[in-house]
This record gives sequence, C-alpha cells and structure tokens, in this order.
Amino acid sequence: MEGLKLELKEKIIEQLNLEDVSIEEIGDDDPLFGDGLGLDSIDALELIVMLDKDYGIKLTDPKEGKKIFESVAIMATYITANRTK
Amino acid sequence: MKNCYINGLGCVSAQKTTESGFLDDIVFYDTNILPVINPNYKEYIPPAAARRMAKGVKMGVVASSLALKDAHVEVPDAIITGTGMGCLQDSEKFVSAIIDNDEEFLTPTSFIQSTHNTVGAQIALGLQCKAYNFTYVHSAISFESCLIDAQMKFNEDEASTILVGGVDEHGKHTNDLHHLIGHIKKEEAGNTDLINSKTEGSIFGEGAIFCTLSDEQTEHSYAKLVDVEIYSQLSEEHLESRIKTFLEANKLSIEDIDLIVLGNNGDLTFDSYYKTIEEGIFKNTQQVYYKHLSGEFNTASAFGFWLASKIIKKQEIPTLVKINDQPKKIYKNVLLYNQYRGENHSLVVLQSC
Repeated sequence: MEGLKLELKEKIIEQLNLEDVSIEEIGDDDPLFGDGLGLDSIDALELIVMLDKDYGIKLTDPKEGKKIFESVAIMATYITANRTK
Repeated sequence: MKNCYINGLGCVSAQKTTESGFLDDIVFYDTNILPVINPNYKEYIPPAAARRMAKGVKMGVVASSLALKDAHVEVPDAIITGTGMGCLQDSEKFVSAIIDNDEEFLTPTSFIQSTHNTVGAQIALGLQCKAYNFTYVHSAISFESCLIDAQMKFNEDEASTILVGGVDEHGKHTNDLHHLIGHIKKEEAGNTDLINSKTEGSIFGEGAIFCTLSDEQTEHSYAKLVDVEIYSQLSEEHLESRIKTFLEANKLSIEDIDLIVLGNNGDLTFDSYYKTIEEGIFKNTQQVYYKHLSGEFNTASAFGFWLASKIIKKQEIPTLVKINDQPKKIYKNVLLYNQYRGENHSLVVLQSC
C-alpha cells in the first residue's frame, strides 16, 4: 500500500503538471481538492482517465470520484480493492 | 481612415527582447531551430494557471503583458491574436495520445489547450477582459489579418485600445516533418549569415510579439500604422507594380520610403522575391531583415513589425539587421514586406509620429 501511495503521488505530480509540488509535500490524508492541493474539475477528469488507463478501473458514476479522490490514502485503498491491472 | 498608433510593444523571441537593450547583444545559434529566450514566467503567471499552459501560451501572456505595460494600459477594448499553427505542442501531445492509446484514455487538458484561440483566451482570463476576442489563423499573414481587423475596429469606433499580437511555438514532430520536406535547411546553417545562404529551406523559430494599438497618440507612441494589405498570391513580375499601387493609395512614392523591412529567410528559391525589390525599386533605400534573429515562423513578420516600430522611435538601426548601408537619414516612412514560400504576401506602412 505504501508503494502504491508513492506511485500515486508521482503520477499526480507528473500528469497534473504540479511543477512546484514535491512528493514530500503531499500527505497521505491531505485533501486533493479545495483547500488541500487545490485541484479542480479538469484534474478530476485527468484522474478518472488515469484510473482507467493504469489500473483498469472505470468510474461510471462521476459522483463516485468525489469520494475516491478525497486523498491519496483513500485513492490507494479504492485502487487496491478494485484494480483489474 | 482613422489614425492608429502603436503605443506599446512586447516581444518574446530568440533574442534578448524582453530586456532593455535594442538588439545590442545578438544571440547566435549553430542550429536550424531557434528557441525563444525564456523570460521568468513566474513573474507574470501564477503557478496554478501556468501548470496547464504550453510554451506558446506563456510566451503570449508575457508579451501581451509587456505591451500593455509599455502603453500604460491595464485592460484593452479588444484582443486580437494571430497564429499560424496555434498551440502546436498540445496539439501534438493530444494527437500522439490518440495514436499511442488506440483512441482510448484521452485526457482533457491537452485537448482544451490545443485550440488556436487558447493564447487569446488565456490573456483575456488573466486580465478578466470580457471584450472582443478574436484569433486569426492564416499562415504567414495571420498577424497582418489582426492588424486589418484592428484598423476596422477603430474605423467603426468600436474600440480605442486594442491588443494585437502574433504567437507561434515549436512543435518537435512538426519541425521534423518540415525538415523532411526541405522547409528547414538540410545542413545546420545557423543564423550568422542567413541572407547569403545558397540552399533551399530556412531556419525555424518561435516567438510571441504583441503591440498595444490606439486611436490616440501618446507620448509613448512608437509610430503610426498607416496601412496594411495582404495577398494570398502575388507573382515576382507583379510585385513592384503592386507595391507602387499600394504606396500611391497612401499618397506615397518609392522615394518617400526611408526604410524597407524585408522578410528574407535564406531560402534560395523564394528569397528572389526580396532580391527583386532590393535590386530594383528600393536599391537606393536602406534595407533591413530580421529572420536570422527570430527564425522563420508563421507570425515572424510580427517581429519585423516590432523591429520597424523600435527603429522609428529610436531612429537607429542595429548593425546586424542591415542588408545594405545607405547614408543615415530620418526614418519617417517605413515599408514592411513579407511572404512565405511565395505565398501569403503582406505590405505594411508605418510612419513616425
């Protein structure tokens, strides 16, 4: 699980072009949207595509994303339980 | 026709044009691809906004910001942007993703940012400017199309301050294709002696050049934009007569032109257009060129516009842009002529004010 959290942080920084953010600055339980990392709706779409492409998880209900993308820790738990690749 | 004054300039290019000097420290390149000298983008764009911006958008935001600041204008009445290829890097990224992922897993960012009007849109967002915003995409006359639109806006009293600019960025895949078809020189020519090149193709560049135009002259004005004409097709035989007609329409003669700014790009096949007038009707006129400094790109003529405006205001010509050496005089009427590969010709007259 720790390895997956690290992997997710790397992917978030790379795919969302967070040039000024380092892995150490993203806490496992930090909120990704709103006051935390400050991600927005376009980032949410990027993360949905990432789940599909890298872990074989298709989100059919967009409302699901709101819960799944709350933090890196919640994302990692969801991916571990639902990944198909 | 209403008066149109150039009151501010901003230029991001392969030269040190965001600094205070005027081409007094030329940067030389050994390659055929000239990159811009990046300004410190963080000084102009908040990090949250910059993270989705490709280079062309950032260059455009910086150049437009400099042009507005130079003219002491905060928000213009219109934003008109010219670009030949738009946001090429994001276009390449998006198309590559379609191919690499077998038309699946397409992410939104590069698609959103790949449209040609992204630069104008991002400038407007940054300024919170909800006014007229238009982007012209027309090869080598994209920038001149913007100038014509701006003139019409002034004539119709629909604006009194307009931000006009030209932006194009390098795209690796696109440059590779241009190299393959000979539009970029086969040999690594560099930019030191481009005008004397004896081979086909050119050296490619990128850049963002903006100007603040106004219907009112200020103490900061560089020059007056007198007239612009564009032609998609124009033969070498008809070039001189076309120029004469254009000048006559503006009550000017060949002898009235104190300086001609030419778009020579070192392509043996198509620089003959420029040679025709260099050795013909303008043989006794001071001639300058600029594409050895900027590189060739669809809106490189905006760099020539920047150069001409600076020369008129400063009344000095940087040595390295001179094609010939005529006795120094007052540069009052300046003609700009550009074409790319024998198509999309433009004539622009600037006048000191």
